[in-house]
Amino acid sequence: MIKVSRNDKICTWTLSAKPCNEIGLDLTKAFEKEIAALKSNLPKVLVVNSAIEGGFCAGANLRELYQEMLKKDKEVATEELRRFLDRIHKIMNTLDTLPCATIGVVHGVCFGGGFELALTLDVLVAESSARFCFPELRLGLIPGFGGIPRLNREVGNAVIRDLLLTGRSLNAKKAHDLGLVSQVVADGRGIDIAMKMAHQMQRIDAHVVARSKAFMKPLPLLELDREKQQFIEMFQSPSVIEGLKKFIENEGIRPYLA
Amino acid sequence: MSQDVLAKLIDVASQHFKVDRTTLTPETDFFKELGINSFQALSLLSEIEKKFSIEIPDYELQGVNTFNQLAEVISSRIG
Repeated sequence: MIKVSRNDKICTWTLSAKPCNEIGLDLTKAFEKEIAALKSNLPKVLVVNSAIEGGFCAGANLRELYQEMLKKDKEVATEELRRFLDRIHKIMNTLDTLPCATIGVVHGVCFGGGFELALTLDVLVAESSARFCFPELRLGLIPGFGGIPRLNREVGNAVIRDLLLTGRSLNAKKAHDLGLVSQVVADGRGIDIAMKMAHQMQRIDAHVVARSKAFMKPLPLLELDREKQQFIEMFQSPSVIEGLKKFIENEGIRPYLA
Repeated sequence: MSQDVLAKLIDVASQHFKVDRTTLTPETDFFKELGINSFQALSLLSEIEKKFSIEIPDYELQGVNTFNQLAEVISSRIG
């Protein structure tokens, strides 16, 4: 699920869960395991990339989420959803506030929960194939892994409304123009360029990185909690289950096109 | 719609999907005939945006299946 390689100072996580690193229970467990390992032996830089051809991450594992919801009565399902979201938020918040530098290398699809994961990282290097999107509203939901507060930290609210209310995707150049992405590079070159960046970053004193990062990148905790609560409330709507069913049963070739 | 746009679009698609240029026509249904999935369609969209220096919101591609239709969308986005 996550292939790890590291030397003393630089750790690389390569997400490798087919079909496209959908975040469900298995990947959640893998994140928890790797975060625990990371915290016990903190590198100076963490680089996160994907080995999947289609992209960085296609978001939450909606199929699993839908099937789990169907198995249980509403109250139990809601409680389980809350526990799952608590775990995801803990992962995202930990990654967001790691006292070391983090770099994301994004190519292809970076949608929904994948976009939310990317937004936790300090610096994003996007290959020119990268596309960023929050399609959640089309399913009757808002992003639930912290996407809106983190997007709000990076760009103006007009951009957020455009992205969420249409569910359209942004290419790498547009994401760069908006300030979401630090560098746009040729396809296939992202990891090399990120490693050069990591080598530069690891020269800076670890305490300086930790203190300045905490100052530069505060965690919007109150908004994150509000988003989670909103997500859980919206999830109870029958239209969401309908929307998920439609998405999952869509055998067409366009489920990721608006 | 400019024929130049259509010709350039077919060039871009044939290079992107590594298919013989002569097999593609304005009426080629790129979903059916090229057998591309939605991930590949998104990567073609990125390539088109780059090559034509434009931005196309995904929702403008609803119902677009042929190069002719796609060239119309591109033409409307070229200043």
